[in-house]
Amino acid sequence: MGERVEDKHQWPLYEVFIRARGGLDHKHAGSLHAADAPMAIEHARDVYTRRQEGVSIWVVRSTDITASDPADADSLFEPARDKVYRHPTFYEIPDEVKTL
Amino acid sequence: MYTQALDVQGLEPAAPIDAASLEQRFLERVDAEEKIEPKDWMPNRYRNTLIRQISQHAHSEIVGMLPEGNWITRAPTLLRKSILIAKVQDEGGHGAYLYSAAETLGVSRDQLVEQLLCGKAKYSSIFNYPTPTWADVGAIGWLVDGAAIMNQIPLCRCSYGPYARAMVRICREESFHQRQGYDLMLQLARGTAEQKRMAQDALNRWWWPALMMFGPPDAESTHSSDSQRWKIKRFSNDELRQKFVDFTVPQARFLGLTLPDPLLRWNEATERHEFGPIDWNEFNQVLKGNGPCNVERLAARRAAHEEGAWVREAAMAHAEKQRRRKASIAA
Repeated sequence: MGERVEDKHQWPLYEVFIRARGGLDHKHAGSLHAADAPMAIEHARDVYTRRQEGVSIWVVRSTDITASDPADADSLFEPARDKVYRHPTFYEIPDEVKTL
Repeated sequence: MYTQALDVQGLEPAAPIDAASLEQRFLERVDAEEKIEPKDWMPNRYRNTLIRQISQHAHSEIVGMLPEGNWITRAPTLLRKSILIAKVQDEGGHGAYLYSAAETLGVSRDQLVEQLLCGKAKYSSIFNYPTPTWADVGAIGWLVDGAAIMNQIPLCRCSYGPYARAMVRICREESFHQRQGYDLMLQLARGTAEQKRMAQDALNRWWWPALMMFGPPDAESTHSSDSQRWKIKRFSNDELRQKFVDFTVPQARFLGLTLPDPLLRWNEATERHEFGPIDWNEFNQVLKGNGPCNVERLAARRAAHEEGAWVREAAMAHAEKQRRRKASIAA
């Protein structure tokens, strides 16, 4: 947990994720400051769902998120580029064969 | 990810790639309409321009709650009161989205608020005008929010991802603001002679300040060329101002109201409206702090900040107490 005491007066930053409708994933909506998680949920309600944009909210301390570094993007994602055989369209199936 | 708490300082790569080639790559990405995200390399001038612009924009939303907030307790009907509360709450929300976007660039919320309260940061000059009548609420929605939308729609395509995303959200909500304002003006314009006079008076006072919202003429605009190169800004001040005039003239005519500009006329050849000279001296005076309400607006923000300090501190103390209690139960 965020043991690091930053600015005593500044409420910590939370990232907000909203589920727009039942059946959909929670999606990053933005961020806000709050003293704690319950307050972050209340603020998220006011800041990000004033027009019925959601049915469920997740909040997480920004400092608890680990993100990939853009500088590593090539080594992380490049290897997938030449593996076209991972896609169904790579395989040519004769027209006679159905439901495949 | 919307956070500067993550490592945005990791800007200098270990291997000394020279700044020129980093900048070159950055510009190529901008040219290709790729979005720049918080952890991506960006030139310092780009970062500082964005911090200045986004925070000024955020401050404008927050200060912008004051002129209209003035009428919440005196709205003529319960419906108008509910609408006005919703609108003012939206402005607060817009300020919150924008502060968050600015924070992704490595500046803290406290710093931004401090810059506003000490008078160092600028906000839109329009909010330094008073709202003496109920018709001002209509004129602000119609003209001020109308001009804001004109400025803001191109910002939805701005090269900086968090700012662009905040603007998409804002523009979606801003249209309600403009329409409720026009609806209010329409109701007054169709009302008694006195109500119509009130609407005309508000239009007379807000028209020129609304035109000033687009900023100084292109020839004198100091920040424009870099901003256009970086695709932060897509259209010039004068282009947007002209478009606003062309949109608004027929709307005023429909209301049966007269725009306070004797030189305003339709130019058949250019198919645009010509309008009279803007009093840039007034604009500069208001910007410098000498507008009718500059002192009052800042005093209101300072009071709100200071009077709310104990609430912010108490909330932190409570959160800390809860955390400790939880930790001791778990131990």
